[in-house]
Amino acid sequence: MSVVAFAPQAESLCDRAQRVAAIAARHADDVDLAGRFPREAVEAMKAERLLGIQVPAAHGGEGATLTEIAEICVILGQACAAAAMVFAMHQIKASSLVEHGEESAWHLGFMRDLAKHQYLLASATTEGGIGGNLRNSICAIEIDGETCRLTKDATVISYALEADAILITSRAHEGAAPSDQVMTVFLKDQYTLTKTNDWDTLGMRGTCSEGFVFKGEAPACQVFPKPFAEIAAQSMLATSHLLWSGVWYGIAVDAVARAQSFVRAAARKAQGQVPPGAAHLAEAVNLLQLVKSNLLTGLKTYLDARTNPDRLSSMSFAIAMNNVKIASSETILDIIHKALLICGIMGYKNGTPFSLGRHLRDAHSARLMISNDRILGNTATMLLVQKPDVSLLG
Amino acid sequence: MNETIRDILTKVGGLPVPVADLADDSDLYTSGLSSFASVQVMLAIEEKFDIEFPDNLLNRKSFASIAAIEGTIRQILKAREAA
Repeated sequence: MSVVAFAPQAESLCDRAQRVAAIAARHADDVDLAGRFPREAVEAMKAERLLGIQVPAAHGGEGATLTEIAEICVILGQACAAAAMVFAMHQIKASSLVEHGEESAWHLGFMRDLAKHQYLLASATTEGGIGGNLRNSICAIEIDGETCRLTKDATVISYALEADAILITSRAHEGAAPSDQVMTVFLKDQYTLTKTNDWDTLGMRGTCSEGFVFKGEAPACQVFPKPFAEIAAQSMLATSHLLWSGVWYGIAVDAVARAQSFVRAAARKAQGQVPPGAAHLAEAVNLLQLVKSNLLTGLKTYLDARTNPDRLSSMSFAIAMNNVKIASSETILDIIHKALLICGIMGYKNGTPFSLGRHLRDAHSARLMISNDRILGNTATMLLVQKPDVSLLG
Repeated sequence: MNETIRDILTKVGGLPVPVADLADDSDLYTSGLSSFASVQVMLAIEEKFDIEFPDNLLNRKSFASIAAIEGTIRQILKAREAA
């Protein structure tokens, strides 16, 4: 891994993200076509030192807020959705570390190393046989004195082969219930991966979310001291839905930008006459604003609840975050469909400045990564007891 | 009240362990209470005690153990008496 030695922190996060986005955009079509890891973009994230920004300044990072990180996801999402999603998934893991790692000396040290060496973190929460519910595990971690060992049939570990560490869930011990889980950090030289599944998909082809049998052995202090249930409720739920939504919003923003340049080019040629698809542009921009408002409200809800563990693990908060995910994942498809109507055959074709095939295919992952049906079911269950928050000011 | 809560947990809690084996302060989530089952428990308690959980008590902590559930119910009943 090459990490540039200069300190770009003096510049704004957005400027640094824009430079990464320029590189990501250049390689986006090739990443998509070859279904390969967006290596150039991730190298650029490391060079711009964006991987450690969430770590508090006292520990060598920049203490970036989730809102700032979501903005970077939006910027990257416009360039290459796969690279943006890798960034988002890394930051979701980093948030678990930052929010729940400070009380353990090992995790604190790892946080510093993350900022210093720009480690890329991957996640292994899914497992064969659990039916997609990451709050259950079959595998159990074995604690043997000072050492812990884990074998997991992980059906998905995104960019596993490129990561510098994997944060992996398991039952807390051999006798534990499936929901009694812990999360453990394993460093690259502490595990082996045997590939079991390929990742040849419709979209998001560059996340390389392949399946592996994971076998790891590490010092037992690398197990997070907090139960995974708390980590999931207090940092993963919110950061996943908010940062994913940032990426998805970015995809839709770029689709609308392409549609708008198509309309403008047509209007210029026709001496100011508005082309037939132009009304769709107004609708698409309207929907884009809805997604943006939804995401901003979600980020504010998180910010307000962040320091209050009771609120973070409350039903009303979970419903609010679920709603952000559902709305953004559904609406971006409407937006891109409208953009496609505007650009017509030029949007349908690959290799034009108005091509939208990649956007549409990438966007189709949004409703599936944690299935919206599962999320709606979960919200419906909570609504048996919880009244929705309908006040305007919260 | 403790007995009633234990009855409800046995009926709708879906725990992989016998409720009788749980101490009052045992963590129900680590004992295998799923979030779906916890809602079923809340509904059954609302029905049994003729109460409604206010939104500010609908969090993990209120239902983390048998003792916590008991405390939550008493808090609601007390507030109702005071009203």
